[in-house]
Amino acid sequence: MLNETSQLLSDTVEKIFSDHVTKKCIINSEKGEWPKSLWTEVVDNGLNLVLVPEELGGVGGTWLEAGILFKAIGKYQAPIPLAENIVAGYLLSLGGISLPEKSIVTILGGELTLKDNKISGISRRTPFGSSATHAVAIINDKSSPKVILTTIPQDSLSDDKNLALESRSNIEFLDHAVMNYSDISFTSEYIFKIGALMRSCQIAGGLESLLVQSVRYANERVQFGRPIAKFQAIQQELAVLATHVAASGVAADYAAMSMDDGCEDLAIASAKSRVDDAVSICASIAHQVHGAIGFTYEHGLHFSTRRLWSWRAEYGSGSFWAKSLGEKAVASGSKNFWSSITSGKL
Amino acid sequence: MNTPFNFHLTKFSNEAEILRSEVREFLIDALKDVPKETRAETWYGADENFSRKVGKKGWIGLNWPKEFGGAGRSSMERYVILEEMLTAGAPVGAHWISDRQSGPLIIRYGTEKHQKELLPGILRGESYFCIGMSEPDSGSDLAAIRTKAEKNNNIYVVNGTKLWTSGAHRCQYMIALFRTSQEDDRHAGFSQFIVDLSLPGITIRPIIDLAGRHHFNEVIFEDAKVPADMLIGEEGNGWNQVTAELALERSGPERYLSSYILLQELVNEFSKRNDGEGVTEIGRQMAHLTTLRQMSVSVAGMLDEGANPALEASVVKDLGAVFEQELPNIAHRLMGLEPDSNGSDFQRYLAILTQISPSFSLRGGTREILRGIIARGLGLR
Repeated sequence: MLNETSQLLSDTVEKIFSDHVTKKCIINSEKGEWPKSLWTEVVDNGLNLVLVPEELGGVGGTWLEAGILFKAIGKYQAPIPLAENIVAGYLLSLGGISLPEKSIVTILGGELTLKDNKISGISRRTPFGSSATHAVAIINDKSSPKVILTTIPQDSLSDDKNLALESRSNIEFLDHAVMNYSDISFTSEYIFKIGALMRSCQIAGGLESLLVQSVRYANERVQFGRPIAKFQAIQQELAVLATHVAASGVAADYAAMSMDDGCEDLAIASAKSRVDDAVSICASIAHQVHGAIGFTYEHGLHFSTRRLWSWRAEYGSGSFWAKSLGEKAVASGSKNFWSSITSGKL
Repeated sequence: MNTPFNFHLTKFSNEAEILRSEVREFLIDALKDVPKETRAETWYGADENFSRKVGKKGWIGLNWPKEFGGAGRSSMERYVILEEMLTAGAPVGAHWISDRQSGPLIIRYGTEKHQKELLPGILRGESYFCIGMSEPDSGSDLAAIRTKAEKNNNIYVVNGTKLWTSGAHRCQYMIALFRTSQEDDRHAGFSQFIVDLSLPGITIRPIIDLAGRHHFNEVIFEDAKVPADMLIGEEGNGWNQVTAELALERSGPERYLSSYILLQELVNEFSKRNDGEGVTEIGRQMAHLTTLRQMSVSVAGMLDEGANPALEASVVKDLGAVFEQELPNIAHRLMGLEPDSNGSDFQRYLAILTQISPSFSLRGGTREILRGIIARGLGLR
C-alpha cells in the first residue's frame, strides 16, 4: 500500500496531468509551444520540489515518491521537464542552494570546467534546453566536485529535438559567469546515474500507457464480428506485454528505493537495462495490436512509443548499463555473485 | 484505467538477513559431498539425508504457526531459506512439496487427527508428499479429471490414474484430487484426499524423462480403499482448495532460479577472458534476475499480509520461466560448448539444464494457461 504522502502525490499528479496533458497540449508542444498552464499547475503544487528538503522550502520526499512523479510523466507523456527540475532541485540542495523563483531548470551534461566562477564547455542534447531559464551541473573540479547553478546563454544555444520532438539543445558556455556554486561529495557521474533512474521510471510509466491503450483498443475494435480482445492470439500477446510492464514498474521502484537506501548501483543499472528490454517487446506488441491506426499521427499511441524509443537511449542505453553490471560481476568473481544480488552492492 | 497489478516492494528484515547468514553457513558443510549434476537440478534433486538435516535445523515449516509445530516466522524469512538453498544447488526435492503446499493445506483444511499424525513427520524432513492432480486426459484442463472416489461406508474406493506425479516413488503420501460426484457445474464434485501410497491397490510406475531420469510417475488406483477420514477439507470443495494451493505454487524463487547455476558459471568463465559482448549479456541477465527477485519477494510480502496475489504470482511464474529457459541458450551462445554429461563442470550443468528446461514452462501451469489468467486480469476475457 502507498503511504499517505505517496498517495497524495500520486493523486495530485494524476489529477493535474489528466486535466492538462491533453492530446492538444502534446501536439502544441511538439510544435514548440510551452505548456504554460500545465507547468504553472505543477509548480503551484510544489511537485518540482519533491526532493528538496523542508528547510530549503521543499517537500522533503523520498526517491520512491519522486519515482511516482517520474512514472506519471511517462504515463501521460507530459511534455515538461518536471523530472529534470526535481533532480535539479535535489542536486542544488546537496550544496545548500535553493531553486530560483519561477525558474525552469535543466541539467547539463558533458565536460564542463569552472574557473573564476565562470564555466566553459558544451552540454549536448540538454533536455528541454529551449524552454529552460536555468541549468544545473556537477563540475569535476580538482579540489572538490561542485554543483553549479547558471543561467542559459540563449545566443549560444542551438536547439535540436528527440524523436518525440522534445527539445534537446546543445549549449555552449564560454567563460559564462555562474549564479552560485558549492562543494558536494558526488562527481558528474552521479548525474548520469540519477538520469538513468529518472528515465527508467519515465519508461516504466510510458510502458504502462502502452498497456492501457492496447487493452482499451482491443476491447473496442471489432473484427470478424467480435472485439479482437476475444481472440486468444491477442490475449496472449497482451499478457506478454503486461508481464513486461509489471517487471519494468518493479525494476524502476527498486531503483528508486535503493537510491533512498544508498545502495543503488545494482538497482539503477538493472532498471535501465530491464526497461530497455521491455521497450523493444512492448512497443512491438502495442503497435501490432493497434494495427494500421496506431501508425498514424492522428492516433495517440506514438506519443508514448516515440518517447520510449528516445528515452531508452538517454543516460546510457540498456546495453551500457548491462555492460557495467557484467563488468563488476566478473571483476568480483562467481563466489560473490549471489551475495551481490541479495545485498544490492556490487 | 490503471494496470491491474499490485507489486509493492518488500524489504527483508534484519532477522531475515541473520537467518540468511546461518543458512549459508549450514550449506557449506551440508553440501560438500553433493555431486554437480544434483546441484544443477536444485529442487528436482532429492536427498533424504539432506532433508532430515534441514528439518533438524527447524527450517521446514518455518512460517507455519507454532501450534502446529512450525516456527511461526514470516513468509519472507522462509523465502530467504528457499533462495539460499536453490542458488547453492541444495537437493531440496524430497521435502519441497510438503513444506510448500501439503503442510499448509493440512493446517488449513485438515482435521486434528491429520495434523497430529502428519505434520511432525513433515517438520522432521522425513515424510514426503506428492501432488495428484494431472491425469492422462487432464493436463491444463484440470476439471477434466476422471479418477473416481466412491463412498462405501467408512471407505472411498478409488479407481483411475494420476500422471506426471513428481517424486511419487519416494513419497509416503499423495494429496490427490478425485471426483466424488458428477455435477452439472464441471468444477463441482471434486474432493481432496490424503492418500497413503502404501495402500493395496496403488501401483507406482516410473516415467523416464528425456534426460533419462526417473522423476515423474504414473500412479494407478485399482479399487484402492482410502479411509473416509482421509478426505481433507470439505467433500465437493476440492476445486476451491486446489485453486488456493496453486497460488502458493506459482511465485516462489523456484520459478526463476532453476538455471541460476549457469549464470554464476558464466560469471566464472568470463572473469578469465576479455569479452565485452559476453559480459554485457551477463549484465542483462543480472538485470532480469534482480527484477524477478524483487517481484517474487513482493508476492511473498503480500502473502504475509494475507492478500491474494494470484494474478501477480502468474506474472512472476511466466516471466520466471522465460528467464530460466533462456539461460541455457545464452550459455550455449556465449560459450559454444557441447552440452556433455561427461565433460567439464560447465558442460555437465549445460547438459542437464538444456534438457530439463522445456519443463520449466509446463510444470505448475503452462505458459498459455498463465497468460490466460493474466489476460483475464486485464479484462480481456
